[in-house]
Amino acid sequence: MSDDGGDASPPADRDHAEWLDALADGEGFALVCPAGHGSLPPRRVCPECGSPDLSREPLAEAGTVETYSVVHVPSPRFADDAPYATAVVDFGPTRLTGIVRDGDETDGPPAVDVGDAVAVEVGERATDDERLVVFRPAGGE
Amino acid sequence: MTDVRVAGVGLTPFGSHPERTGRDLFAEAALRAFEDAAVDRSDVEELNYGNFMGALAEHQGHQAPLMAEAAGVRCPATRYESACASAGVAVREAVRTVAAGDADVVLAGGMERMTNLPTDEVTEGLAIAADDLFEVRAGVTFPGAYALMANAYFDAYGGTREDLAHVASKNHANAVSNEYAQYREEVSVAEALDAPPVAEPLHLYDACPITDGASALVLVSEEYAAEHDLDASVAVTGTGQGTDRMALGDREHLARTPAADDAADAAYADAGVGASDVDVAEVHDCFTIAEVLALESLGLFEPGEGIAAAREGTTTADGDLPVNLSGGLKAKGHPVGATGGSQIAELTRLLRGDHPNSGHVPDAEVGVAHNAGGTVASAVVHVLEVAE
Ligand SMILES: [Zn+2]
Repeated sequence: MSDDGGDASPPADRDHAEWLDALADGEGFALVCPAGHGSLPPRRVCPECGSPDLSREPLAEAGTVETYSVVHVPSPRFADDAPYATAVVDFGPTRLTGIVRDGDETDGPPAVDVGDAVAVEVGERATDDERLVVFRPAGGE
Repeated sequence: MTDVRVAGVGLTPFGSHPERTGRDLFAEAALRAFEDAAVDRSDVEELNYGNFMGALAEHQGHQAPLMAEAAGVRCPATRYESACASAGVAVREAVRTVAAGDADVVLAGGMERMTNLPTDEVTEGLAIAADDLFEVRAGVTFPGAYALMANAYFDAYGGTREDLAHVASKNHANAVSNEYAQYREEVSVAEALDAPPVAEPLHLYDACPITDGASALVLVSEEYAAEHDLDASVAVTGTGQGTDRMALGDREHLARTPAADDAADAAYADAGVGASDVDVAEVHDCFTIAEVLALESLGLFEPGEGIAAAREGTTTADGDLPVNLSGGLKAKGHPVGATGGSQIAELTRLLRGDHPNSGHVPDAEVGVAHNAGGTVASAVVHVLEVAE
């Protein structure tokens, strides 16, 4: 991975890298059409209704866990991260999928349940330092 | 529009064949299908072939011409890819082609070669059926995605790991007599519950195995079958397909599979039957929870009620509505790009009466096959009926 202050993400995924940058800066956003459908970049049109009129709307401060799983058998890219808790979290205009961490993974992933409140940030995979979406239990730490 | 008949079906034994080429696997299935059909292969007008990860597993793209050679047919040949529904969509296009009168004989099926890869590479390969940017990079594996659906289901409707273990135990029991099945040993509910976790709440016996195999079907028009005096008693009377948002998190409901609802509605309408007419079903149980979701999308159970079907015995071999009498993906095996074709092959044999488990459904006249891709961003449903 490049580390010379440059962009560590593959150039082919420019829009995703920019979205992660915004998320890391606390300015995570969704693209929202006039009908209120939320989606994530890159988008030219709303995937639900086809509207080209998309605006950036901030994600909710705290999200709500809608479902989760503790993954014990990872793909190679997450070999050193397992076991880890993956979750789908509602952030208002859109849901996000990521990994739940509480900052101390020595005893495995934190306990997670549907309905838990979490914040979102950008973390790194233990396996290869690639960036990924990380959820933090709200009020934890 | 003409009636589409299944003239012949062929499978390889499903299992671990790491030393065999994909072209050899498909050749075996096609040979068996032609023997079963008693159709002259020079009459084949199209080959529709399903395959998912041949570029990863065999460094082989552009597989359709290769498989036409392997089957000994010379005709337009196309590879279809819709993840685990690759053969389902290949068969569906064959059905539509024959029904429309554009061809009298089409060879359809699929092949997947997987066990030559290390398990972690298979895990990685299967994961690419999910959204790379927003799911795979966020740690979602194939079992992990279905685990997310399972916990969402438990939260919405209730249900337990034990309910899922009954699905596994049922399908393993069904596979015991199936000569094509990968695992022909019974698995008890207790054994399933005790197995190590893959992605909680799914454990080892909630997951289908890694499988090599191929499937082939010879589909013909009713007129061709009559002209050639073929023994083709089973018809494909309905076909339907649905598509949903790619990423699970973008779906309307995390514990339901609307793409399969759409596919089922279309297939039933095409066939002019309803869910209550179905006597037997082969559904896409890549994970135990997937069978539950399939039963509900097919309208065979109300949302929230499919979870108890195996435990209560409704879907067991001796139940009112046997599901996955072949053993399902769970025990028969899941060579990804071949599975949709193998479901039609098994259902055909069950309805013809020459499947080892046909005795459980002696009066069955209507069967339904449900094949899903990814976390059911793609779904294909077919209705088969005894025509004569
Ligand atoms: Zn919209």
